[in-house]
Amino acid sequence: MNSALLQPVQQSLTQKIRVKNLDFYYGGFQALKNVNLEIPERKVTAFIGPSGCGKSTLLRTFNRMYALYPNQEARGEILLDGENILDSGQDLNRLRAKVGMVFQKPTPFPMSIHDNIAFGVRLYERLSPRQMDERVEWALRKAALWDEVKDKLRQSGTSLSGGQQQRLCIARAIAVRPEVLLLDEPASALDPISTGRIEELVHELKEDYTIVIVTHNMQQAARVSDYTAYMYLGNLVEFGVTDELFIKPKKKETEDYITGRFG
Amino acid sequence: MGNEHLSKQYDNDLETLRSGVLQMGGLVEAQIRAAIDAFSSGNQELIEQVIANEPKVNGCEVSIDNDCSHIIVKRQPAAGDLRLIMAISKTVTDLERIGDEAEKIARMSRQIHQHGRTDLHFASIRHAADIALSMLRSALDAFARLDTAAAAGVIRQDRAIDAEFRSILRQLITFMMEDPRTISTVLEIVWVAKAVERIGDHAKNISEYVIYIVKGTDVRHTTYEQVEREALS
Repeated sequence: MNSALLQPVQQSLTQKIRVKNLDFYYGGFQALKNVNLEIPERKVTAFIGPSGCGKSTLLRTFNRMYALYPNQEARGEILLDGENILDSGQDLNRLRAKVGMVFQKPTPFPMSIHDNIAFGVRLYERLSPRQMDERVEWALRKAALWDEVKDKLRQSGTSLSGGQQQRLCIARAIAVRPEVLLLDEPASALDPISTGRIEELVHELKEDYTIVIVTHNMQQAARVSDYTAYMYLGNLVEFGVTDELFIKPKKKETEDYITGRFG
Repeated sequence: MGNEHLSKQYDNDLETLRSGVLQMGGLVEAQIRAAIDAFSSGNQELIEQVIANEPKVNGCEVSIDNDCSHIIVKRQPAAGDLRLIMAISKTVTDLERIGDEAEKIARMSRQIHQHGRTDLHFASIRHAADIALSMLRSALDAFARLDTAAAAGVIRQDRAIDAEFRSILRQLITFMMEDPRTISTVLEIVWVAKAVERIGDHAKNISEYVIYIVKGTDVRHTTYEQVEREALS
């Protein structure tokens, strides 16, 4: 990948994740081709591109979610704070506590709202009941859900609306105090008002977290992200400051995609 | 730009917008030509025609701006499309102002010819007006063909028209000093000369938008050397 692509983010920003020469294979199919990318800390980076371009695949390498499946393999380096997470000695539980993920469809556990959040925390920390209550409240407040659920923490998480469920999943992800938050089309199953809340939330969360978001909705990428990567057929085509990429993209392929000329 | 959108309707909408600008440009060009002819000849009918046509120009501006809003709300344009629409919305403002200048020239011509002073230095104003008209035509051409080199040419010409205006002004000042009875008429002629000079400025603005559409760089308030570098890069 052309090193000129990396220049826009090198303005004295700390890079949280550095992807170097990353290839990814689903069995014999190569889904990512020599991707080089730097994700700046405490910024929102969006991955856009048509279906099958590799954006979700790339996202899933950041917490090695793919390792759950056989025949999927990543080659290259992904440095999280300088440490290569693709190393075979990497502790995946520790990695996933550091790099939280929220999926397209809300996935509340079939348990109470309180326990949905406490569940993950218990895997990593031993907290007293009082400390746990405080942690649950903190996470729900961070996820802008507290006021809506504070009186029904013992009710099932599945009783919430879709938008609330998704914010519950975000609360669950941040309850273990990760450093990076991966959002895989977090709002694509939600109505516009819930989508607006999630976008607002992303904006607030970037003060504390490095956020990477995959979205099919280009306007959403333009609204919520500071940096945008356009991917096509497993290649990183263009990466840059979001506003510049949407007003004056450097590559014709990017222009064709974001203006709807993509055939 | 160049190749087509997935949505044919989007292509059609943008094409309608572009041809609307060119139509409005044609109308404005005709208005200036008529106004300058009326200034030279004092043809009353022509003067009235320019004044009567001015609301049409205003109507074009409102209608094209409205179309721009519709496209923005429906398509959320990005990149080259976004730059085109932003530039069109600004271009029609400049075209409308050129329309205002044409009307101003027509109204001044009526007064000048009512005073009966037709001996005062019309030739050099006609010359400046020819430059202004050719600038406008080239700017619209550059817009139609998205030709940044032609746009840079228009921006360069603006210096010529500014120099022309200063020279006309010096000559007119001499007239006033020589014969104070001419002052009121000469002042009206100054207004005409100023209107011509403003037409050049608007043509220059339109050319700057063409460079913005194609290159994505805003060359307003930069030096001509910077404009040229950008336009020819």
